[in-house]
Amino acid sequence: MMRRILTPLANPQLIALVGVLLVNWLLFPNFFRITWQDGRLFGSLIDVLNRGAPVAILAIGMVGVIATKGVDLSVGAVMAMAGAVAATMVVAGYPAPVAVAAALAVGLACGLWNGFLVAVLDIQPIVATLVLMVAGRGIAQLITEGFIVTFTDPVLIYIGTGSFLGVPMAAVIAIALMLLVTLLVRKTAIGLFIEAVGVNRAAASLAGIRSRMLLILVYGLSGLCAAVAGIIIAGDIRGADANNAGLWLELDAILAVVIGGTSLLGGRFSVPLAVVGALIIQAMNTGILVSGFPPEFNLIVKAALIFFVLVIQSPLASRIVPVRATAREAHK
Amino acid sequence: MSDTGYALEARGIVKIFGNHVALDAVDFGLRPGEVHALLGENGAGKSTLIKILTGAYQPDGGMVLADGEPVHLDNPQQAQTHGIGTVYQEVNLLPNRSIAENLYLGHQPTRFGLVDRRRMETGARGILKRYGLEIDPSSELGAHSVAVQQIVAIARAVELSGKVLILDEPTASLDRNEVERLFEIIRDLKARGLAVVFITHFLDQVFAVADRVTILRNGKLVDTRALDDMTRTDVVRLMLGKDVAFSGATGVEDARPMGEVLLDFANYGRKRSVHPFNLTIHKGEVIGVAGLLGSGRTEMARIMFGADSADEGILEIAGKKTSIARPTDAIANGFGFCPEDRKAEGIFGDLSVRENIIIALQGKLGWFSALNRDEQMEIAGRFGESMDIRAASLDMPIKLLSGGNQQKVILSRWLATDPAFLILDEPTRGIDVGAHAEIVRTINRLRDEGLALVVISSELDEVVAYSSRIVVMRDREMVAELSGENINPGVIVQAIANHREGPSA
Repeated sequence: MMRRILTPLANPQLIALVGVLLVNWLLFPNFFRITWQDGRLFGSLIDVLNRGAPVAILAIGMVGVIATKGVDLSVGAVMAMAGAVAATMVVAGYPAPVAVAAALAVGLACGLWNGFLVAVLDIQPIVATLVLMVAGRGIAQLITEGFIVTFTDPVLIYIGTGSFLGVPMAAVIAIALMLLVTLLVRKTAIGLFIEAVGVNRAAASLAGIRSRMLLILVYGLSGLCAAVAGIIIAGDIRGADANNAGLWLELDAILAVVIGGTSLLGGRFSVPLAVVGALIIQAMNTGILVSGFPPEFNLIVKAALIFFVLVIQSPLASRIVPVRATAREAHK
Repeated sequence: MSDTGYALEARGIVKIFGNHVALDAVDFGLRPGEVHALLGENGAGKSTLIKILTGAYQPDGGMVLADGEPVHLDNPQQAQTHGIGTVYQEVNLLPNRSIAENLYLGHQPTRFGLVDRRRMETGARGILKRYGLEIDPSSELGAHSVAVQQIVAIARAVELSGKVLILDEPTASLDRNEVERLFEIIRDLKARGLAVVFITHFLDQVFAVADRVTILRNGKLVDTRALDDMTRTDVVRLMLGKDVAFSGATGVEDARPMGEVLLDFANYGRKRSVHPFNLTIHKGEVIGVAGLLGSGRTEMARIMFGADSADEGILEIAGKKTSIARPTDAIANGFGFCPEDRKAEGIFGDLSVRENIIIALQGKLGWFSALNRDEQMEIAGRFGESMDIRAASLDMPIKLLSGGNQQKVILSRWLATDPAFLILDEPTRGIDVGAHAEIVRTINRLRDEGLALVVISSELDEVVAYSSRIVVMRDREMVAELSGENINPGVIVQAIANHREGPSA
């Protein structure tokens, strides 16, 4: 019984996360110190959770898309749109819940649009989502009329910067979403169908899986997650910056998913491990910042990490150590 | 040449994968100037042995000798330098390059450091001539038939190696004439003193071309014998380790009681795919579909299942007009479909055997009533047992199973949905004798249980044995529906071969 609980913990992603955290601790001895101040937790570790939350949320949506052999490049732009919608609406006097609902609806609509292009028009995912990646940021700029729209709405600010039981709100939302989506895919047949479509869409259709509906669903979920991340980012900076909100984060989200053991060729996937992937990326970012290295190092370290992950997942490596098997076992 | 008399020999080869012994002290000797068939069910260890002989795998015990000298083969290139060449079932050449380039790839004749195209093409022409091919060596390889590509692959292997030729199921995608042509080439090579290893599932071909046979079963050597003093039954008995009676072709049993009408396809067809056809299918009967590749048999199956939707005609299920526009409609009406191309349309390679079995049932149940793991295990275990699926674990990826076992999994997938009507497209192609027998047994059992089946198969003996009627497809049209006592493979072949003026349904 003990083994059944412990085995999933012995996977390369969690070991890598612990490794990065330990390196951070060596470079910055106070890394693991957590203090309680003003009714909330403070510390580098909490910072990793808080800062890592937006990419983790994107990864939660992205992992399903990638498992179907697709990719969603538009999530960064959708973040900007959702932030712009929420900000301009509260500034225009709408109550925060209405603004949030509208922003989420915009994200969902964007995702469904992507899903329509991929599933119904059969456009390659990378091209289909490129449309919104480019257009979305333009639409966001139109919404904000080219300005950074700042606001003072307490509810939106609470979503971005508040805390719940001492834990930053962004992290709470990310964890809740992770649990929700994991339950959604694993307690229903959706997860199995996503993997089936990703492994062999022709066989999935012949086996009676409605692959179109499924694809629209996963892209819709990805858009929805992007909207959530966009609202958090807007709340964090108390404004909507259509030019920079979520810029390049789609690439971080893809990286997080790949680190989480999901192959870009589709198939087996794990939502929690994609979140762990996002935390690994953020732990490295935070580590470089707190240990006093110039932030430019970040990009080089990230590139090294990508290289490392790709080597691990290469056919050569899997012949030596069956790495992908762990992703398969993790969700059982 | 040393005193062993073998061009290539394996002594006491052991190969272990994890805790599975793939080869257990296997001996294999190949004489120059012989065609040596290597037989065994899928999973018997044939491919493992071949991979060791060609340097793709390293043995865990025993040794490989070339011309009596122990050799260490690290990779297929090294095997080539010892004169060992291999041709696989799927031709692995470059279809978009010329035949000459394919023949000389990696060792092109050069002039001033550039490829000497003229010399290459002259050389290629000479080589092709020796194999009876009068074709332009500068033409693209992919433009030629699989048979020609296969011969080019053989020519390349022989030119590069020259002593031992290993043919791994070379005839799987060839028609009868092409097979005969291939055999002529094999006999010719044999006369030139080459040692040929021939792997196939077709016993007829073994007897047609091979001199000796080595039979493997479960990783062990059963026997190596000259074929002269063996019968078909001997070989099968050695392969299976039990007696299997082969029923010869008899007439279709007309006396078989016919159930009520289940399906009635009237004027059913799809433009540019299959001409409208009429077909009535009863409960408890098997309709055999005969026809050559490309005759429209697969297209007909896909239209029946809704994989391609029919654009004309009417379907009545149990007397009620029903529209089947997509596979989910078909499945909802109790249909099941095992496609011809198992790998591309049947299996989910990375998913487990268990998931592959329950997926259609789960698809029928929908997104939200998920079978939990225990239920999945129960269903998969039940079919794993009743269909005799040989898998180390139901949780292993299906892609690791042999073709025959994969086919049993796909059949189980549909049986799990409790179907009323099954469409099987070439269910026994390219699978081993044991799985073959199991699938034929299952077809008979399902028919007797009252299912309606449509079985497309090129194995006419077999179709005749279990069908109550046989429809013949030609040029995307149903040209004949045969029934009665006088049906035998000969009549079917005639119906396939007849011209348009011939008898039609």
